[in-house]
Amino acid sequence: MAVMTLIDSVRSTLAEEMRRDESVVVLGEDVGKKGGVFLATDGLYDEFGGDRVLDTPLTESMIVGVSIGAAIAGLRPVPEIQFADFIFPAFNQILSEAARMRFRSNGAFSCPMTLRAPYGGGVHGALYHSQSVEAFFAHIPGLKVVIPSTPYDARGLLRSSIRDDDPVLFFEHKKMYRSIRGEVPDGDYTIPIGKANVTREGTDLTLIAYGLMAQFALEAADLLESDGVSAEVVDVRTLRPLDGETLLASVRKTGKAVIVYEDNRFGGYGAEIAAILAEEAFESLDGPIVRVTGPDVPGVPYNHVLEDWFMPNPERIAEAAKRLAAY
Amino acid sequence: MATTTTKADSNSQAALGSDLGLSRDELLEMYRLMVIARAVDERMWILNRAGKIPFVISGQGHEGAQVGLAFALQQGKDWMVPYYRSVASLMTFGMSPREIMLAQFARGVDPSSGGRQMPGHYGIKERNILSVSSPVATQILHATGIAWAAKLRKQDVVTITYLGEGSSNQGDFHEALNFAGIHQLPVIFVVENNGWAISVPMSLQTAVQDIAIRGAGYNMPGVIVDGADVLNCYAEGRAAIDRARNGQGPTLIEAKVTRLTAHSSDDQQTKYRPAEEMEAEKARDPLPRFRDQLREAGLIDDESEARMTADSRKVVEDATEWAEAQAEPDPATGQQNVYANEPPARMDDPLWNGARFIGDGGPWGALADGAGEG
Repeated sequence: MAVMTLIDSVRSTLAEEMRRDESVVVLGEDVGKKGGVFLATDGLYDEFGGDRVLDTPLTESMIVGVSIGAAIAGLRPVPEIQFADFIFPAFNQILSEAARMRFRSNGAFSCPMTLRAPYGGGVHGALYHSQSVEAFFAHIPGLKVVIPSTPYDARGLLRSSIRDDDPVLFFEHKKMYRSIRGEVPDGDYTIPIGKANVTREGTDLTLIAYGLMAQFALEAADLLESDGVSAEVVDVRTLRPLDGETLLASVRKTGKAVIVYEDNRFGGYGAEIAAILAEEAFESLDGPIVRVTGPDVPGVPYNHVLEDWFMPNPERIAEAAKRLAAY
Repeated sequence: MATTTTKADSNSQAALGSDLGLSRDELLEMYRLMVIARAVDERMWILNRAGKIPFVISGQGHEGAQVGLAFALQQGKDWMVPYYRSVASLMTFGMSPREIMLAQFARGVDPSSGGRQMPGHYGIKERNILSVSSPVATQILHATGIAWAAKLRKQDVVTITYLGEGSSNQGDFHEALNFAGIHQLPVIFVVENNGWAISVPMSLQTAVQDIAIRGAGYNMPGVIVDGADVLNCYAEGRAAIDRARNGQGPTLIEAKVTRLTAHSSDDQQTKYRPAEEMEAEKARDPLPRFRDQLREAGLIDDESEARMTADSRKVVEDATEWAEAQAEPDPATGQQNVYANEPPARMDDPLWNGARFIGDGGPWGALADGAGEG
């Protein structure tokens, strides 16, 4: 059992999958000799060569469109979009093509590819290197959307994603790449896509989050404990398909829910969770559903004071939860 | 760049197509494909006017380029990534009139989409024909990806893909040619230039006269063919296929064709297209031109032509009647094939959530009752 960072987990899992299955290929901007701007693909070029670890032109639509074609022809591409903020030139390929290929061909064609992209703020990335983009994609039937919050989950979920027969968007929070360390066992374990994880048990309320916010929720639960509030934490892990059962079971038990997401509040992914809880756990709710989110401004500002103002943090989560607990 | 090579030199008495290695039977097969594709296409419009199918998009006027350029492909091995006007290309690559007609009627057994897509959005996995969508030029990247995979795996596969000249202004077209040029991929990009992007003429689409010159920007040959000159299309198509197969990389082919119909059944082209232009364009119809060549070469006469017309009518009749008789898709299958393994239906049931909390006496009681059955 090794202790490693989130990015080491991603990198070593990519290498293992490429060793296991020669149809797995990596492509993207600077993924080759440089090993990616975050070094998520470092060393892959040396081990597998330039054919299977391909530096592409700066053309995101091409990265995804070529991956779709290659997937149809039998490869399992793992394209990287350098920052999630730059995924939008490829939006049409993801929405109109990858997501719809199976449905529109009535099951004849599929797109087994895993599109990786670092997302999220807190690293002085400003408007165009900090965005949370998951809501756009979780909205689309035909796509799977995965966001790990630990090195252990990153490996198990990345394995499942690469082996999945449908297109998966795998978002990695860039602030977690080196700040989060954890145990990652050897051996070929996987974590099924579609299973949330109760990362802390509690009785007074449920904190629901994913990615960096799932880590912050755990820190908030510590703060709440010292205030005598017992918080349960559920890490969503896979946004689509969503494990509604685990969320509902927790909220039915605690009667209160705080949903945390870093994205803009309006129409963010957590709004869908709120809707499901309102529709399905209505009679168990013992207080309003609360959301702690980024503000509704068009992007994360650069200056550290402004960035801190934007980002949800453990204190802010704990504060909201405390008020809800007292409701 | 392309040269005119179709007409047999009367002095040499060389047989038509012999310089291209085409046999008499192959020439007749090319003509037959054009005749059948046209007959199938014309039937679509009749079905639309009769109120039997809501939408038609077709390739009348493009058949010479489509049959000629695709004739040297190897079915079952090569890939075709078509667009919505590709009726004759698809038939040249093995798609049957029945399969075409199933898409028109959007029947449950339609191999293109099981009735999910509009007519014209063909695709058959068993024939290596990729499913078509409606956003234009996206498919050019897919063809490039298929070619990249073939190159990586050292497979002897040529991929051909098609678009209109309007689509050649899309970013995906340029991104695809750029990537194919870098890696010298075995792919052929065919731009069927009919001069109109729905209602917008070439002069407002692009500042260039010929789309083919765009090949130079990506270090690949850009070839112009006259789409009414079937044998020239065959010659250049085969040359591009040979280059791709021999590791000599991609080719951009621009076929100058004419659009003999409106853009689609929902378009009134008389509103923007001068009557004289449409009349003059009939002279560029590839069918009579190829027929005259075959007649001149003594390959067809009144009798054989009448037989061919009767045969094609029979094929179209059969395809239409048979396709129309197939069952509509079952609405119960509507949620199938979203994912390889269906997610729990419960989360995707629009009537599932909350309905149970609505009392019988409430304003939505009927909805709640209905939900119980779903």
